[in-house]
Amino acid sequence: MPDLLLELFSEEIPARMQGKAADDLRRMVTDKLVAEGLVYEGAKAFATPRRLALTVHGIPARQPDLKTERRGPKVGAPDAAVQGFLKATGLKSLDEAKIQRDPKGDFYIGLIEKPGRDAIDVLAEILPVIIRTFPWPKSMRWGARSGKPGSLNWVRPLHAITATFGLETEEPDVVKFEVDGIEAGQTTYGHRFLAPAPISVRRFEDYEAKLLDAKVVLDPERRKDAILTDAKQLAFAQGFELVEDQNLLDEVAGLVEWPVVLMGSFEEEFLATPAEVIRATIRNNQKCFVVRDPKTGKLANKFILVANIEATDGGKTIVAGNERVIRARLSDAKFFYETDLKTKLEERLPKFEQIVFHEKLGTQAERIKRIERLAAEIAPLVGADVAKAVRAAHLAKADLLTEVVGEFPEVQGLMGKYYALAQGEEASIAVACEEHYKPQGPADRVPTDPISVAVALADKLDTLVGFWAIDEKPTGSKDPYALRRAALGVIRLIAENDLRLSLLKIATSALAGLSVKAAEAQKLPSDLLAFFADRLKVQLREQGARHDLVDAVFALGGQDDLLMIVRRVEALGKFLETDDGKNLLAGTKRASNILSIEEKKDKRTFDGAPDAALYSLVEEKALAQAIGEVKAEASAAVAREDFAVAMSAMAELRPPVDAFFDKVRVNDDDARVRENRLKLLNEIRSATRAVADFSKIQD
Amino acid sequence: MDASLPAHMRPERSFQGFILALQRFWAEQGCVILQPYDMEMGAGTFHPATTLRALGPKPWNAAYVQPSRRPKDGRYGENPNRMQHYYQFQVIMKPSPPNLQELYLKSLAAIGIDSAVHDIRFVEDDWESPTLGAWGLGWECWCDGMEVSQFTYFQQVAGFECAPVAGELTYGLERLAMYVQGVDRVYDLNFNGRDGDQKVTYGDVFLQAEQEYSRHNFEVADTAMLFEQFKMAEAACRKYLDAGWKDGKREAHLMALPAYDQCIKASHVFNLLDARGVISVTERQSYILRVRELAKACGEAWIHTEAGGAA
Repeated sequence: MPDLLLELFSEEIPARMQGKAADDLRRMVTDKLVAEGLVYEGAKAFATPRRLALTVHGIPARQPDLKTERRGPKVGAPDAAVQGFLKATGLKSLDEAKIQRDPKGDFYIGLIEKPGRDAIDVLAEILPVIIRTFPWPKSMRWGARSGKPGSLNWVRPLHAITATFGLETEEPDVVKFEVDGIEAGQTTYGHRFLAPAPISVRRFEDYEAKLLDAKVVLDPERRKDAILTDAKQLAFAQGFELVEDQNLLDEVAGLVEWPVVLMGSFEEEFLATPAEVIRATIRNNQKCFVVRDPKTGKLANKFILVANIEATDGGKTIVAGNERVIRARLSDAKFFYETDLKTKLEERLPKFEQIVFHEKLGTQAERIKRIERLAAEIAPLVGADVAKAVRAAHLAKADLLTEVVGEFPEVQGLMGKYYALAQGEEASIAVACEEHYKPQGPADRVPTDPISVAVALADKLDTLVGFWAIDEKPTGSKDPYALRRAALGVIRLIAENDLRLSLLKIATSALAGLSVKAAEAQKLPSDLLAFFADRLKVQLREQGARHDLVDAVFALGGQDDLLMIVRRVEALGKFLETDDGKNLLAGTKRASNILSIEEKKDKRTFDGAPDAALYSLVEEKALAQAIGEVKAEASAAVAREDFAVAMSAMAELRPPVDAFFDKVRVNDDDARVRENRLKLLNEIRSATRAVADFSKIQD
Repeated sequence: MDASLPAHMRPERSFQGFILALQRFWAEQGCVILQPYDMEMGAGTFHPATTLRALGPKPWNAAYVQPSRRPKDGRYGENPNRMQHYYQFQVIMKPSPPNLQELYLKSLAAIGIDSAVHDIRFVEDDWESPTLGAWGLGWECWCDGMEVSQFTYFQQVAGFECAPVAGELTYGLERLAMYVQGVDRVYDLNFNGRDGDQKVTYGDVFLQAEQEYSRHNFEVADTAMLFEQFKMAEAACRKYLDAGWKDGKREAHLMALPAYDQCIKASHVFNLLDARGVISVTERQSYILRVRELAKACGEAWIHTEAGGAA
């Protein structure tokens, strides 16, 4: 079956858009082919800075013929209806229609035969539409045609379209179409500088090969592989090791059609600047890689650049030019760093009085004061020295006002640590300046130093309570203040450090520290707690754990000790994996179901202790006794926070519950016995509530 | 590069030779070579030959040097490449020709940048000027890792769609010349291409000016007067715009250019006030908006003039 080759050749496409554009092109063309009844065998799309290319192979040469029946008017219907039917079906007269009888009468049926069209004609129709409606994140108009309405929008000026269709064994045909004055053909161009001449191509195989001859590596994965291999080798040859950087690699591969990897160096004196700053400078501004000494792990005074040409001087000029720029950039960075060191962190703080954190939540200075206060409160609960936690909270944000962080926001916190150490702060205080931002996401490391933990919790809880107070909660996909991340951070800090905190108490205290009046201050802490419960569920779900158990535990009420919640959920999860757990859950649910039916019938509840005098069967007595024992045992275990023991106590309930349902008829004819048995069922439910609300657990 | 040039005129030796080579190149592409606009402005784009001429249907090809005044960027002559006054070389071609990228690369060759040994790259950089109500898509052009030009296809100017679209090139002249001459400090640029006693450097021409203007911009500029000047320019712009409508009907405008001068003035005065640090963050936005409103009104007037394409 024939194959399609499509190339859209343009001026330089932004690197960050290339990957998605290739995917979009493949998806749009193949979806449309399938919708047209042309089921293909395979498709692959590619992008370089100057072209999007697509190959679809194994497309049928023709669409299948389509036969459809269309029901028309009743025999003897008015002429207007008959004419409409003839027009819609394309029949010349009613003689060509069948008549079909059904209970409502005789109807005309038109048989419409739509012969399949040649795939190349279908392509000529769909390709221009796809090009005109292509979903670039940003697109533009250009040239003389942009003076008139309806001109093409593309990411950058589009210069040529190659579109061929045909069998491997034959000379393919050009898919004939035109978009905004550009005729599809079979001519493309090689590398902008190394091989700019036109190239005539037939199909994907010779297209890719001819491009390679013309110094264009079509497949971005191949460009990435080449860059990575060459960069590693070049570093290795000089006794260094490449600092790998996937995002940078992706970007650089989108900036070149013919990657040429070169190495340059800079003055050793720049290495006195922190490695992260050097890396940020070289990476962000120059899109170059850094290398390190494999023995010490320290950065070397070298960098690796990826050029787009094989220069006639072997790259000497290119390396020298890049070295010059990097020298200037590093000398700026060094200057920023040295300037920063001249000012102590606390001397920067007064400036925060002028900087608004959020218009309703006051200035950064006010925010820092709140964090200090909360850190002092949290410190004793996490085993941190209060004075040190306050000092760390005092300094933790100061690096935001330094030159280096102004230039490279991604090193915030880290620079705080360096500057704190440089001014002689104690190590744990300096470390907290960096770590209080952690964890930044589900994969980020959770700090363990108590000072860091205290400030990290204070920072996140102040943020959460503050935005809750001004009703800026996350909704749907919108979470501009990253509150979900902050809540997850709190959960992980507590769970992974085994911390015992009353969130309600801290939230209430944080709320009291705000200058803004919360609309529903009373409800706020418990509202926030529900948000934590949601986050905990999401986290458990992502770990593949049962998130309904979180509801079962939260439904008990008064649960604001996250660590205990997590532990209880874990124990409950384990218990429910055992046969005892599963059967007890089933028994409890059965009791609950019966109760809710009977409660509805009688319009009453069956609270209160059952009357032992009314037990007539052994199973009743046994169950009542077991409930009493299990309740006491489980409650004691819960009080000791030994949830595993509490659960195994619950397991003892299973045989008497099973026996009860086996042998005892709840709805006894004697109303007093019935009531008593229902009360006993209610006791099962309340006994299990010592560990969780079983009714919230999904089967 | 033109091999017949005498040594002191060669772009790699002489700053003025460098400018002349660019002018000559673009003159050969059919551009009118204009002289700098006689007003202070933050970027060559403010020149009416770009801002206003980018609007309307009439073809327009022009190139010129424009001093760019950025009061905040002054460093008292102490920074090797940051100045409150520097030159931009500006090219505008409307409609953008299909080979504008090739023309740009040839212009680099004309000033001694050979694409066989230099790594020239077009790196995404979308341009937006909030004060002019303008935006476009394009690139920053890199030569061996250094940004040397800005390349933009104007999509909108003064709040109006560009139809047809103009292509705009902006060369940072000092930076490019430093690269070509191989000097690390702008003040060391050879200005006239001569040697010995006859040599004039960029520093000889501009160092004192940088020191004086830095003092003026940061320390002395009269802020009360400047606030007043901003209001006066804004009011004058409005007044000329109102008075310019022919017969009081909004069909033809007769004074778009004088009105636009006042918009340029307001913008520069704002930049001076900003450098003096007397405009707060919130006020800043409102000043930018006020200049944009003027620019939009001027654009509207312009498209009702003859050069703006009014029938």
